[in-house]
Amino acid sequence: MLSYIDKIKEISTRLLQECRVDMVIGFRKGTVPMMNEPHFARSPAEVENFVWDSNCGINLCNYLTNRAEKIGILAKGCDSRNIVTHIIENKIKRDQLVIIGVPCRGMLDKRKISSMFEGEIGEVIEDDHNVTVKGNGLEKTLSKKEVLQQNCSICIHRNPVIYDELVGDLVEEQTDVDRYADVREIEALSAKEKATYFEKLLEPCIRCYACRNACPLCYCPTCFTDESRPQWVGKGQHPTDVSTFHFLRAYHCAGRCTDCGACERSCPVGINMRVFTKKLEKDCLELFEWEAGLDPDVRPPLDTYRPSDPDAFIK
Amino acid sequence: MKIVQIDKDKWETGLQKLAETYRLFGPVPENDFHNFKELDRKQLPDLSCLNTRLSPKSVIYPQTEVMFEYSLDENQEDHHILKEVDKKYAPQAIIGIRPCDAKALALVKLNFDTPEYQDPYWLKAYEATTLVGLACESPCNSCFCTSAGCGPYHEEELDLLMIDSGDQYWAKVITDKGETFLAAAGWTHTLDEKKALKEIEAKKQAAESKISSTVITDKLRETETNALYNAPFWEEVSFSCINCGTCTYVCPTCWCFDIQDENYGSSGCRMRNWDSCMYPLFTAHGSGHNPRNTKLHRVRQRFMHKLKYYVDKYDTGIQCVGCGRCVRLCPVNIDIRRVCELMNSYAAAADACEV
Repeated sequence: MLSYIDKIKEISTRLLQECRVDMVIGFRKGTVPMMNEPHFARSPAEVENFVWDSNCGINLCNYLTNRAEKIGILAKGCDSRNIVTHIIENKIKRDQLVIIGVPCRGMLDKRKISSMFEGEIGEVIEDDHNVTVKGNGLEKTLSKKEVLQQNCSICIHRNPVIYDELVGDLVEEQTDVDRYADVREIEALSAKEKATYFEKLLEPCIRCYACRNACPLCYCPTCFTDESRPQWVGKGQHPTDVSTFHFLRAYHCAGRCTDCGACERSCPVGINMRVFTKKLEKDCLELFEWEAGLDPDVRPPLDTYRPSDPDAFIK
Repeated sequence: MKIVQIDKDKWETGLQKLAETYRLFGPVPENDFHNFKELDRKQLPDLSCLNTRLSPKSVIYPQTEVMFEYSLDENQEDHHILKEVDKKYAPQAIIGIRPCDAKALALVKLNFDTPEYQDPYWLKAYEATTLVGLACESPCNSCFCTSAGCGPYHEEELDLLMIDSGDQYWAKVITDKGETFLAAAGWTHTLDEKKALKEIEAKKQAAESKISSTVITDKLRETETNALYNAPFWEEVSFSCINCGTCTYVCPTCWCFDIQDENYGSSGCRMRNWDSCMYPLFTAHGSGHNPRNTKLHRVRQRFMHKLKYYVDKYDTGIQCVGCGRCVRLCPVNIDIRRVCELMNSYAAAADACEV
């Protein structure tokens, strides 16, 4: 993946020089270990700031919503699936975009790596297979595979599903992964145990809404949390209000979530709120054989009706 | 300046005695990080941790605080009348607060305690609190306190400053509140002041030299406000922002709140909740108009407030203590140090043009 950057710069420069796009959206190097910042280039000179490594986990599709320019955008598998969803939901037009596909081998789980070390991490250096973590007088090399974000380690759409340019050869897709082991564990709990599990899960939440705002699916002009007539959810830190926010947010993503992991990655207090969206993803797969964002010409199951629907209640 | 020696083997018994008169708060593990929580009996604060994930500001200024209650039941004589909630401001102590988080209270106080208005909730909680600081020996790479008017041994707002000295803590007594706290714990062994202060000074310098990150703020005040406001870099600075409230909620110096009434059947309460200038709702008018309707407006507001408006209004430096939390926790890595540099050097560039 590290070798992509030359190609990324070459394509971005070409698109800008040929005036095929007004801007290219990518990443620039972060100021702290294991972080890069979403960044745009409007001129070939600015393309020099672009980087690509295993710290590009933010979903760039989030930066397309309602933009009017012609845009070149770097897209991993998950980003590309959200771009498809954005096109279906009229948040961007296909002909505004030049999609620069980035075959992905997964992004690093910053939190997991940090928790493996006492003290603060000073520097993380990666090659194609390993990461070397330095800090606090220690140096340790880890296999990348062991420290990927959980959503990346179970990803089955690493290659972009839609693209105009490609920055490298397509990678082999994973086939031997169990995507829903964690969901099944929760499904097996009793109602009471589930309630306790969710309460504990959401206890650290500070309602900063980073999970919602990092998500490309959350683009409502006014979120239900901000509605006052009626007020759907209380604004305080009462556990009922906190969990209502998380449950409703997840339901709004049903049949649309690509499990890109931006929500979990963004959370400042380390909540894995993906368990909610994954449950809905699993349901959509089992009930409708549906995976979000694979085809711009097919409407998602929860906003469509077919006369051939096998269920009687809807007829 | 009195310095009291606390043997670590007397730490636990001292805390147990203190728990009889104080509610004790301290850093405890929560998932894979630490936060300040009220300590259960016999629970010890974990003073070995790095800077806590959230600042301890919520001990004095809770994220959600009920101020009034009311009844909507018209059969009640006092229906529709706001009644103050009975609050007890019993003595409490924050053990192991870092100098940066303590100094932040001085900044926040400028907002909650003015000649015209005194916020009763914040002030009463503040007055009831003893701040037992812990000198910071292991700053994070992203800490920049020494160039933000603070430092790892900074004493402002603290009642005591504890210094880890192997088998002991040395507690430097800064206020009478601190003295009372030590007495309540039964820690009375005073040290030879001159000798101890000399050692503390050496440790302080060693700690300060570990702070590798800085901000330069010298030109902020003299730069014209409108020039900074209209500077061309805000689009680039704000591009990656997702408008979450992380930076403001983890910040020890952010003080904004929103007031909300909540009804439950025939009764209700008026509460205040932390609010964030990153949220569109923060400035939404009843008319539907929103003067800060884009994220560029909102991101600019946050940095202009901390690094320009505040600087101009109070002339005591920036509204930041350099704790580095926003740097470490911003989901998209917007870095106040970088923005400060852009703002400060923009000033220099503007000056150069005038000549």
